[in-house]
Amino acid sequence: MSSNASSGFGYEEPLLFERSRPGRRGAEVPAPDVPPADVARLLGPLARTDLPGLPEVSEVDVVRHFTRMSTWNAAVDLGLYPLGSCTMKYNPKLNERVARLPGFAAAHPFSPAERVQGLLALFYGLEQLLAEISGMDRVTLQPAAGAQGELAGIMMIRAYYEARGEKRTRVLVPDSAHGTNPASAALNAYEVVSVASGADGILHPAAVAAAMDARVAALMITNPNTLGLFERHIKEICEIVHARGGLVYGDGANLNALLGVARPGDMGIDVMHMNLHKTFSTPHGGGGPGAGPVAVKELLAPHLPVPVVVRRSDGGFVWESELPGTIGRLHGQHGNVGMLVRAYTYILSLGREGLLRCSEMAVLNANYLLARLAGEFHVPYPGTVMHECVLSDRNFAPYGVTTMDVAKRLIDHGYHPPTIYFPLIVPGALMIEPTESESLEGLDRFAEALLAIAAEAQSDPETVRSAPHRTRLRRLDETLAARKPVLRWQSDDASR
Amino acid sequence: MLVRCGHDRLEQLFAPIPAALRLARALEVPAAQSEQEVFEHLAALAARNEHAQAGPWFLGAGSYAHYLPSAVDALVSRAEFTTSYTPYQPEISQGTLQAIFEWQTMICALTGLEVANASMYDGASATAEAVLMAMRVTRRRKVALAAGLHPHYRQVLETYLAGLGAETVTLPLSSDGRSTLSPEALDRETACCVVQQPSFFGSVEELRAGAAAAHAHGALLVVSVAEALSLALLEAPGALGADIVCGEAQSFGVPISFGGPHVGFLAARLAHVRQLPGRLAGQTLDADGRRGFVLTLSTREQHIRRERATSNICTNQGLCLLMATIYLALLGRRGLRELAELNLAKAEYAKARVRTSAGLRLPFTAPTFNEFVIGLAEPAAGALARARSAGVVAGLDLAPYAPALGPAILFCATELASRESIDRAIALLAGDAA
Repeated sequence: MSSNASSGFGYEEPLLFERSRPGRRGAEVPAPDVPPADVARLLGPLARTDLPGLPEVSEVDVVRHFTRMSTWNAAVDLGLYPLGSCTMKYNPKLNERVARLPGFAAAHPFSPAERVQGLLALFYGLEQLLAEISGMDRVTLQPAAGAQGELAGIMMIRAYYEARGEKRTRVLVPDSAHGTNPASAALNAYEVVSVASGADGILHPAAVAAAMDARVAALMITNPNTLGLFERHIKEICEIVHARGGLVYGDGANLNALLGVARPGDMGIDVMHMNLHKTFSTPHGGGGPGAGPVAVKELLAPHLPVPVVVRRSDGGFVWESELPGTIGRLHGQHGNVGMLVRAYTYILSLGREGLLRCSEMAVLNANYLLARLAGEFHVPYPGTVMHECVLSDRNFAPYGVTTMDVAKRLIDHGYHPPTIYFPLIVPGALMIEPTESESLEGLDRFAEALLAIAAEAQSDPETVRSAPHRTRLRRLDETLAARKPVLRWQSDDASR
Repeated sequence: MLVRCGHDRLEQLFAPIPAALRLARALEVPAAQSEQEVFEHLAALAARNEHAQAGPWFLGAGSYAHYLPSAVDALVSRAEFTTSYTPYQPEISQGTLQAIFEWQTMICALTGLEVANASMYDGASATAEAVLMAMRVTRRRKVALAAGLHPHYRQVLETYLAGLGAETVTLPLSSDGRSTLSPEALDRETACCVVQQPSFFGSVEELRAGAAAAHAHGALLVVSVAEALSLALLEAPGALGADIVCGEAQSFGVPISFGGPHVGFLAARLAHVRQLPGRLAGQTLDADGRRGFVLTLSTREQHIRRERATSNICTNQGLCLLMATIYLALLGRRGLRELAELNLAKAEYAKARVRTSAGLRLPFTAPTFNEFVIGLAEPAAGALARARSAGVVAGLDLAPYAPALGPAILFCATELASRESIDRAIALLAGDAA
């Protein structure tokens, strides 16, 4: 078997609460240089007496606990992490260092603008860069993740119609869309209408025209879509939506295919979000923080969230909060600023040539993997893809091997599985996004692992079905977790 | 590679993009720069920002300056945490999943509730999501907001509610600095009453009264906590009748970072778990019967339920919740309590200095934690500027947020404030420092 990992030290580690011993602590608090507080006098019954739910562990305990747990994680810095539509690219170390500079990490959101001009200049500069890359006019950096960006974008669309005195109630969402799209529309009380993709996996003008009427506020579209296919009718589709008074929302989750190649703003998109944790290399952090800036065309600029950063004629920067058409404030402060600092650093490092090269290599890598895997794996929508490709488990049906089994067996080879069972329009989908970070040799090894599993699905399907075999824990029972939810540790469990 | 793809030029890979849509020019983005050049540019930008490590700092208002133990950043910097993603594949994400489970357990302990999710974006969006949850649970659309709710939390909530036909009413501020939490302002249409604890003005609210008022009308009590360290000292809101406790856990080891990334939390009663937004980690067994953790009850979430999900949230604040979990483990049961008492002591010392300073006053009598309002005899902007020119950031000018108070600032003293720096800040505010 080809392998990307061998069995090494496999540490066990209990929960913090099970490690707890009375009297231990991992951090000392300074001795007071002021009179101690008389809690009983000051707070009386408003005070609590103890924190019995917190552990008592030493610093070494804590360090070993989390270090051991970290070894149970797959990560980009350990190897290929081909989650489709998540763009798990390498996260340069410079970005981490820069974000930790005290002038960024210890800056306070309530400092007056004139005291934080470096940050406002960075905001302004990043907005300009993202506007140029996306082909849009204005940018807000406030949304904390892609889904909050979608929410902001749909809110701006709603505000736009309200300002025009138009009542529109529907949002069109292709059947291949991310789940966040319909959920974001629903949070704005829009009725979600699903539009079917064509047999070739892309959206066709006729389908949009049939669903498009004066009730429709917007079409939400991901381009390249979640099959990795470029929506080549995008311009005509946007024209159809615009002709009937609608707007087009672009889900920028897959922007990594287009940097310097093509711009959503030039295709007719009116508003879009970008995921800085995908395209612009800010680390995914085990599930965030991300950042989801939203770019708009001029017609939606009056509705941007506040505050917006404004450049004065003397070159200084100020916050502007008085925007009559604004949707309001979306984040407690200015968004996930640490992520903005990292993304700005990344864009300056790559420069215009680097951005283009990044997309070229991402697209080349995805097509190369597709070429190596097609045949052994069923390809539901053949053709040239952009930054990701989608396979399915159809070929393995005779052997009773599913996409879940393939994914779990891939873990035995030392790889994080691709996104599975998405998009929903492909039964048993395996959605693979290698990103530009992988070398030819790395892609070959990964392809060989998948091909070995494809062969094994025929020769020894049971081994595939019962994978993973080489992990610390075997396949986990998700049904049990949902049927009898245990969502926190309780001391009763310890005695069992 | 290209040949294997059936092409001979890279450009052919982009053939699916119609020529008319291709960008015919280079992006107007600066040329690539070396690491050193980029670092120098960013360091120069960083140097143009005032920050909480540069000198005495008494500005909080939702983003708090606390000491960050070295182990927190050392551990979260491990690439296995930093460069992984949402734990969709539990067998190779147990580190992240177990940490989330530990976070959920500690948030439950601090809030006095039974279930906590795997984080929200920040305290403001957590509060908005808590209100949406209360509206789903009660199927009502009216929301009562305590006067002491952080003005930015209120604004974010209003943004989230704008399209949903919800109505908000504000409960007035009483003269002692607490919010008026009486049942008269609520009715049978009220989904929830939202109370910040301690309030934006630092006042410790009477949550029992809030719970009684809400429950009298079948509404929920939502308690929003902007300074999470206060939970170590104040009675758990869940024990006082709160149904949902949400807020901001930045104080637990997360850098201020100009307001984000921070880490929102949201805890509730188990009976309402099906209406909870966001991800949840749960305990289960593997094929060999060994304990492990998975994301669970996902049928609430957008990737399964789509437009009928409880929220649209997907990516949350994973690495920040890990920071907070490590921080809480380090401080632990006794350390966190001691730290909270030290914060209280510093603030009380500062209050005592205010009481003896001519020209300064304490407009409110309600108990406080580490933050309180100081009334001034002159416009706050001038007093704060005077302090800044002496190197002291002495608080937040409340003029934009509570003009009725007259000249006033919000002053926060954490464990980072030395006695001498407090003396100096109060003297500067009073205008009697050299």
